[in-house]
Amino acid sequence: MTAFHLAQVNVGRMVAPLDGPELADFVAQLLEINALADASPGFVWRMVDDEGEDATGFRPDENDDMLLINCSVWESVGALRNFVYHTDHLRVLSRRREWFRRMAEAHQALWWIPAGHRPSVAEAMRRIAMVREHGPGPLAFTFRDPYPARARTVQASGPASDVPFPTTR
Amino acid sequence: MAGDDSAFAVLGALGDPMRRRLYRHVAAAPGEVGRDAAAEAVGISRSLAAFHLDKLVEAGLLAVSFRRLSGRAGPGAGRPAKVYRRAEGEHVLSVPPRSYDAVSRLLAEVVENAGLDRELQAAAKAAGAAHPDAVAGDLVEVLRARGYQPFWDGETLRLNNCPFHALAEEFPALICGMNLALLQGLAPDPWSPAMEPCPGGCCVAISKNKGR
Repeated sequence: MTAFHLAQVNVGRMVAPLDGPELADFVAQLLEINALADASPGFVWRMVDDEGEDATGFRPDENDDMLLINCSVWESVGALRNFVYHTDHLRVLSRRREWFRRMAEAHQALWWIPAGHRPSVAEAMRRIAMVREHGPGPLAFTFRDPYPARARTVQASGPASDVPFPTTR
Repeated sequence: MAGDDSAFAVLGALGDPMRRRLYRHVAAAPGEVGRDAAAEAVGISRSLAAFHLDKLVEAGLLAVSFRRLSGRAGPGAGRPAKVYRRAEGEHVLSVPPRSYDAVSRLLAEVVENAGLDRELQAAAKAAGAAHPDAVAGDLVEVLRARGYQPFWDGETLRLNNCPFHALAEEFPALICGMNLALLQGLAPDPWSPAMEPCPGGCCVAISKNKGR
């Protein structure tokens, strides 16, 4: 059993409203791809809205009606990476520009959490903000610059660190 | 990538035609290859194959492990046999020096930042479809020539090598999406490329249409 799990968040700005024809193909595949994630090795949890199917009900930025959030927890970077890039999820991912605008600023973050913790929308958005402000680091990183779970403990004891593991909000 | 000299040392081991055949056989094989099987595949004696295989291990081109090929275990199962597989790592040698990898990395970054996934996929699919051998229909040969190291697994063609490995590691969404489009072009109907990763190889497997 690992003491730490990997949390993942990414946001995307839709090219058109979720219920419009532009996003129809994306919406049509949500159920299948989410089920694929749920059944993938190393999957732990994913964030769902009040409707309970997916996270498309969330608008993580109150000033941005077109911003969607996707947040999940995995046993390891490898498990997440395998699902994202090496399964049918890639088919959906490779069509990302049909549905989501390219964002100039960082739109994703990975971070380590104690096993059992469930990130909130606010917590996830703060991790993206960390990557935007400081670049990848032990508290919020990316696939391209991953940090091991141990490193965050070292960082957390430093003076400038974020409050470790916010569990409420 | 290390300097020229180390690449010369590694690739120099492939100067011997027999050794090259052994390397190709092991590198393209879906699993580990024992000495007997390798010797038989290239038509030489077991001891000569062993000599060359170990030279390839010394050069860092093959990796070795020990396995009981009989499938038996415990007393009487015999000593574990030496088995060989393709080593990790890439070796590139260009004379005179060229650095297309640096260019491809720059281009990939620009294409990704510009959000040109769809344009790249369309170009890849068209390039695949335009391949003259693909039109002629010998898919296995086409894939082999492209470096995918295809092998049959029942009715499915699996790809033992990812020709874009380093770039795919760095820009997976962009490059794996491009690769899938390229294979869709190379392997048109009734072939159907699907996401079924081959460990250490390409994420796409190709089979005749049923379902998808």
